[in-house]
Amino acid sequence: MSEALKVPTMAEYMAEGKKPEVLFWVGCAGSFDDRAKKITKAFVKLLNSANVDFAVLGTEESCTGDPAKRSGNEFLFQMQAVTNIEVMNAYEIKKVVTACPHCFNTLKNEYPALGGDYDVMHHTQFLKSLLEEGRLTVEGGKFKGKRITFHDPCYLGRANNVYEAPRDLLRKLEVELVEMKRCKQKGLCCGAGGAQMFKEPEAGNKDINVERTEDALETKPEIIAAGCPFCNTMMTDGVKSKEKEESIEVLDIAEMIATAQDL
Amino acid sequence: MEYIPNILFVLILAAGIGYFTKNIRKVIRNIRLGKDVNRSDNKSARFKNMAKIALGQGKMTRRPVSGVLHIIVYIGFIIINIEVLEIVIDGILGTHRIFSFLGGAYDFLIGSFEILAFLVLVGVIIFWIRRNVIKIKRFWSSEMKGWPKSDGNLILYFEMVLMTLFLVMNAADLQLQAMGADHYVQAGAYPISQFISPLFEGISQGALIVLERSAWWIHIIGILVFLNYLYFSKHLHILLAFPNTYFANLKPQGELDNLEAVTKEVMLMMDPNADPFAAPAEDADEGEPEKFGASDVTDLNWVQLLNSYTCTECGRCTSECPANQTGKKLSPRKIMMDTRDRLQEVGDNIDKNGSFVDDGKQLLNDYISPEELWACTSCNACVETCPVNISPLSIILDMRRYLVMEESAAPSELNNMMTNIENNGAPWPFNQMDRMNWSNE
Repeated sequence: MSEALKVPTMAEYMAEGKKPEVLFWVGCAGSFDDRAKKITKAFVKLLNSANVDFAVLGTEESCTGDPAKRSGNEFLFQMQAVTNIEVMNAYEIKKVVTACPHCFNTLKNEYPALGGDYDVMHHTQFLKSLLEEGRLTVEGGKFKGKRITFHDPCYLGRANNVYEAPRDLLRKLEVELVEMKRCKQKGLCCGAGGAQMFKEPEAGNKDINVERTEDALETKPEIIAAGCPFCNTMMTDGVKSKEKEESIEVLDIAEMIATAQDL
Repeated sequence: MEYIPNILFVLILAAGIGYFTKNIRKVIRNIRLGKDVNRSDNKSARFKNMAKIALGQGKMTRRPVSGVLHIIVYIGFIIINIEVLEIVIDGILGTHRIFSFLGGAYDFLIGSFEILAFLVLVGVIIFWIRRNVIKIKRFWSSEMKGWPKSDGNLILYFEMVLMTLFLVMNAADLQLQAMGADHYVQAGAYPISQFISPLFEGISQGALIVLERSAWWIHIIGILVFLNYLYFSKHLHILLAFPNTYFANLKPQGELDNLEAVTKEVMLMMDPNADPFAAPAEDADEGEPEKFGASDVTDLNWVQLLNSYTCTECGRCTSECPANQTGKKLSPRKIMMDTRDRLQEVGDNIDKNGSFVDDGKQLLNDYISPEELWACTSCNACVETCPVNISPLSIILDMRRYLVMEESAAPSELNNMMTNIENNGAPWPFNQMDRMNWSNE
């Protein structure tokens, strides 16, 4: 069975006079959302098993400011950004990995102009690089041959042109990857972006996550794979609204890999 | 007296080009009402974008049917312009088919023009059917009522008439060549109009000359009218697609600019050495404080304004917008159309009064409602799909900035979210000190 998670903080590293290879930026969803916490833990298990020398900021981490920026509150965004950058620069951080595409986009694209220049990776990219370096092995395990569709997160795909890393990992799991009719550049949003996660949608005739879940259901999947904690929530709710939660799981790719390895 | 047609032609040509130039200057003046944004960097990447996306129509075929039809009409339009050059020279000099000395090459050119003209005609008819018979959804959205709908159809009628005139002119010419009429040199190949010319058999030479000349004159005048129509139409894209793709954003689509004015304030707030009670310097600019975000077109940058003039209302953005697909009021195309309409209104105001006189209107509320702005998920589907790299999203976000930073008019749930971020560093009300709890749960 799984051992206790090893989650060192930057402060601990600092106290020992060491620097980790990479900072794991957990993000607000990954820290507080019950569903997303499972993704965080699965990713940490993978980091532990691959002996990655990583640390988290822990209580020194704060929201990147993405939802504030997308809501139009540039002040709040920059206050958050400048504070986070001060913390990260004090720890002389060079490389960051995060399981949230919104944090990924903000850290990668919007922090440099404010003095925070890091090599930022999405966890699917990072896992892929571990795989290529032979530090992690991915085998199908219980997912071998399962029918799986992948929902592209907007902030990973269109926003940053990362389409292949998550798919490469799924292929390594030897799943039957079926694409939705709208995928990659044409992938439909789950409905959570642009701070929509935190408010009721405007009046319309349907919820976006239901529309997207219908896309996914058309592929008759056993699992809907996701790469974003917010997409995960939206798709899980969509599956529930279609009363399919008994037969279809919504899983993050990190969770799938960790499960396949019985971690 | 024999020079009257030449003089008439030159006058019409000068009037056509003159009026067009005058209006294009207005377009440029209006675009320059926008705020400055630096797009002079990375020239080679910009040229590559323009070559691939505008010249090479790289994004059109993502929708194969409309894409291929568009490429046919586009190529036809560009190449047939070589023929317009001959028409213009003939018109000025009073010659007839001045390029006919090219011999075989001329036959090839005229033959190609005819085939292209025919293909354009077919393409345009299919476009008309798609709009008016099949009634493809994106051409029937609420913002497409009235002028935008007529505009779309008028453009198609223009092209149908111009192509027909071109073929009729050639058919009459071919018949006159066969008759050995004076002035009508034996030149050119007529793969399409050879099927039209038999209709003219039995018509007298005089009547045929009148027919040929009429088609020739109406064709060239039609082109000049069409040229001047652009300014009033969505069809401006045939010109502006080029600068628009050149000046388009080269950064990752997910990157939203950091407002510099805000950065200055934030840095001052974070600076422990800053004196909060400092009096402004003697020479401090006492001008109006900078406005955050956009409530009117003059708060947008010039690339966003160029975007609005470039938009040809194809509606691919709206048809891919998740909010629009699920019945929300937001339509990215309407954002672009509203921006142009308001910009035109501001421009007309300047023309009338010499400089802008407050008309009590603005882009926000009078054109674009907050409900539309708050429905956006910032998913970038509209930006990704636009065949000429227009960004409706950047306008939406700039207007949200105005709503939040100048009017504090965010939906209350978003205000809660922002208060949480301010107080405890997360969009939800959890204590920052609990951020690590997951690791031992």
